[in-house]
Amino acid sequence: MAAKLILSMDGGIIKEYPLNKERITIGRKAHNDIIIDNLAVSGEHAAVVTILNDSFLEDLDSTNGLEVNGKPAKKHFLQNNDVIEIGKYKLKYITDQITQTTPEDFERTMVLRAPAKKEEVVPAGNKPAEPQGATKVQPGGKPVKEDAPDSTGKFDSFKVGQATTQTFAQTNPGIKSPTSGGTKPGEQKQVAVVQVLTGPNAGKELELVKNLTTLGKPGLQVAVITRRPHGFFITHVEGENFPLVNGRALTNQAHQLNEHDVIELAGIKMEFYFKG
Amino acid sequence: MKIAEALELFSQTDPGMVRSHNEDSVACEPVCGLAVLADGMGGYNAGEVASGIAVSVVATEVSHRLLNSSPVEISENGGEELGVALLRENIQKANASIFHAAQSQPQYAGMGTTIVSALFYDNRVAVGHVGDSRMYRLRGENLESITHDHSLLQEQLDSGMISLEDARMSKNKNLVTRAVGIDAHVDSEIHVHDVLVGDIYLLCSDGLNDMVEDDDIQTTLFALQGNLPLAASQLIQMANDNGGRDNVSVILVKVKGRFSVPRGLLARILNWFKK
Repeated sequence: MAAKLILSMDGGIIKEYPLNKERITIGRKAHNDIIIDNLAVSGEHAAVVTILNDSFLEDLDSTNGLEVNGKPAKKHFLQNNDVIEIGKYKLKYITDQITQTTPEDFERTMVLRAPAKKEEVVPAGNKPAEPQGATKVQPGGKPVKEDAPDSTGKFDSFKVGQATTQTFAQTNPGIKSPTSGGTKPGEQKQVAVVQVLTGPNAGKELELVKNLTTLGKPGLQVAVITRRPHGFFITHVEGENFPLVNGRALTNQAHQLNEHDVIELAGIKMEFYFKG
Repeated sequence: MKIAEALELFSQTDPGMVRSHNEDSVACEPVCGLAVLADGMGGYNAGEVASGIAVSVVATEVSHRLLNSSPVEISENGGEELGVALLRENIQKANASIFHAAQSQPQYAGMGTTIVSALFYDNRVAVGHVGDSRMYRLRGENLESITHDHSLLQEQLDSGMISLEDARMSKNKNLVTRAVGIDAHVDSEIHVHDVLVGDIYLLCSDGLNDMVEDDDIQTTLFALQGNLPLAASQLIQMANDNGGRDNVSVILVKVKGRFSVPRGLLARILNWFKK
């Protein structure tokens, strides 16, 4: 099934329009593909451009503008279940091609052969089976990366929201979290910490907010603590001596850290625990 | 310094968490400073066949030719440096082998592969690629992709149709605009870059960069550059922790020293005797 727009007003469905052309227009005048005969709607109000599985909504400098999911928009990359509002009319965007962030739809790489025209672009080889049914993929089917911050990566703990927090509280035995499950990025209650116990920096705390934290001195002895969905792990990186955890030397394997483990690295002792 | 001493290479490949087959192939030839990675596509085991052919053709042919010729020689046809010409010719050769296999055997019809190959010589690296397998360079703290994907999404990004932020949500991530073995001829993109001591190069299949943000790749390479095997397994582990929905392959190359080609008269005479 191709993507479609469902036109409705006051909760009553008026008509469905398949997005079967590269560009369809919405407006009051008769030459539009979706005609909305209402004075609040401009002659040519908006257009939806569809390229393979992606559709983009564009406001064609309409007098009264439009909203997507309650927010004014000029240009918008349509996602399943988006609601476009033009005056009193609503257009709901439905697609069964969900974003490839859920496993069932992660399609295999395919080749686009040298396109003569956009419409004729056909992937070589057959598409794998489509995800079954339009509705099946929708429950909870908001693309996982919905909360993704902008790509400049200012938000250091991006992966926290995406991969870690959801499973953090449930799978890490060392953590008791009042709200297991629904934690959002930035709302993480507990932070794993390494506190230096000996040496000149004794008392200093290092919060493990990144996926990867290195300890030690390059060239001398370095270990790394990695944050994974099911906990924190320490691994030896370089140096002749391996770090000790609770007095025992690590092997080449990663070692899962438990609350109050004592790490000894280059003669400095540190304690690992959860704070907050 | 000899190329084999100047470079440290490490490769690792993993089927990921979802797929049963591994359609990626990797090869390293430390003696001539060559790394090749391919991500195959096609039904049944055709993807593995295609990527396997591509990697073995490029790896064996290039290293064979470099046994008794220098990559800085000017090649007879085309006036390019031999290093560049070898990549171009052998990606084309791999293309022909895959294309013919696909034509003659119905179960392989339509198979193809991406490829990214890097040949290090004379303090430079020639990088040839087709499709969406990438090569990144970590220089200092700065991670940069030095290949440009041949994919629909990249074209949309280039034309400004879609923002980098929206691109994460695209449903067209899996469409490449060029591949090896699909047509009788393939247009490979080849560039030569200067290499500095301390650089780390990462060749990877899209199973890595689709699952792991560039920022996380950067942190990992920077933090673990002292231990390439650990860095490689950490990258694969991150892709798998994030879902591992595709095969993941990485080749890491660390530049430990300079590797100029001797150009003096004496070297030329010695070279001449070697032939």
